[in-house]
Amino acid sequence: MENFLEDVNKKINGVPIQRCYHCRKCTAGCPMASYMEHNPNKVIKMIQNGKRDEVLNSSTIWLCLSCETCITRCPNEVDIARMMDVLRQMAIESGVGAREKNILTFHEAFLSGMKSGGRINEPIMMVKYKLKSGDYLADAMLGLDMFKKGKLALLSPRTKDMKSVRNIFEKTKTR
Amino acid sequence: MKVSYYPGCSLHATGKEYDQSMKAISRALDIELKEVDDWSCCGASSAHSTNFDLSIALSARNLVAAEKEAMDLMVPCAACFNRFKTAEHHLKADKELKSKIEGIIGAKYQGGITIRNPIDIIYNDVGLETLAAKIVKPLTGLKPVSYYGCLLLRPPEVCQFENYENPFMLDRIMGSIGADVKNWSYKTDCCGGSLAISKTAIVVELCDKLMSAAREAGANCVVTACPLCMANLDMRPSSDMKLPVFYFSELISLAMGLSGAQETFKSHIFDPQPLLRQLNLI
Repeated sequence: MENFLEDVNKKINGVPIQRCYHCRKCTAGCPMASYMEHNPNKVIKMIQNGKRDEVLNSSTIWLCLSCETCITRCPNEVDIARMMDVLRQMAIESGVGAREKNILTFHEAFLSGMKSGGRINEPIMMVKYKLKSGDYLADAMLGLDMFKKGKLALLSPRTKDMKSVRNIFEKTKTR
Repeated sequence: MKVSYYPGCSLHATGKEYDQSMKAISRALDIELKEVDDWSCCGASSAHSTNFDLSIALSARNLVAAEKEAMDLMVPCAACFNRFKTAEHHLKADKELKSKIEGIIGAKYQGGITIRNPIDIIYNDVGLETLAAKIVKPLTGLKPVSYYGCLLLRPPEVCQFENYENPFMLDRIMGSIGADVKNWSYKTDCCGGSLAISKTAIVVELCDKLMSAAREAGANCVVTACPLCMANLDMRPSSDMKLPVFYFSELISLAMGLSGAQETFKSHIFDPQPLLRQLNLI
């Protein structure tokens, strides 16, 4: 059986993450490092040390914004942004779920909107997110302002060939 | 020139000013836009954050649809641009993945079209001299900082944008339409992107940092080419930190004196019209 490091490397399908020599350039440039419980380079060390549960359970992997500053600056071309995607997907597929629940709830509301219309209708997506997160009041005034300025169209054109979109969701389903 | 056009979901909703002004300036700069037939969402952050195959397949569906026209594909939204370039990168590098994705979408991916953002098209194909020759109202007094954000630039080998740590194309475009562009070191910093709704407090801090840096640089506004950056910078900074934020295409439209150029300013959340009036630009 593959260990955690081998599993992550296989899924990244690029430069092996153990090429990292902890210069911390990724962490220095990361806009989210100060909000994370583990710095990006520390996550690599934790994976090398086999700390699967700790990594998949961490808020760090969900707070990563995918701004790709880390991979841009890494002297060893370790794709940390891709690594974070891999870890999020592993957390979902292994049933660990998301330590940052609202972030995954947002992604799910977004994808479910796409599945039903092919394109994102922002008001419907927001309602789905609010119902699932229970975060009803945040942004209510902003939403009203946006609606008044015509930024939230209740009816927007959908993709016509919805079968092809649903088919993609069906065939890439992982759990 | 004639190009395929992929607006993406944002440009039909929160980013409608970008769509309207992009279409207007394209007409005026002799760029004919042909919308990609029956496009669907690129998948955005939500797909690649949770399911790699889904993220590549959703983008590939659109790339295959665009390939039918065999023209360059203009993608104004930086997020869609990034997703398409990323999908292209993986599909060209990994044959096994390519055949898997082709099986999922039920179509062959050729990889024969060039995915481009409008900054690149205006700078390299239209050219600054041609643009400058069409300016009737130079934006004198407007002092923007150019904000490129993340998704146009990174990762560099995927996006192939010039000078990814200190890009200049947008600065020069703004200079050629008469704006007094201010230099700053936050051109490529992140605004918080897709966490605006689920982690709002953090995004407010990131946006405040950008606005404070823009003010220090002597700017009176911010110019962007990304609907996510626009939404965050227009809505999320603390009220005493806000500055007007524009899509670069809105400012080109204004400087070219195009009809309807002023309409898009009315739907910004933070009203840019007082500044433009004060500078006698509207």
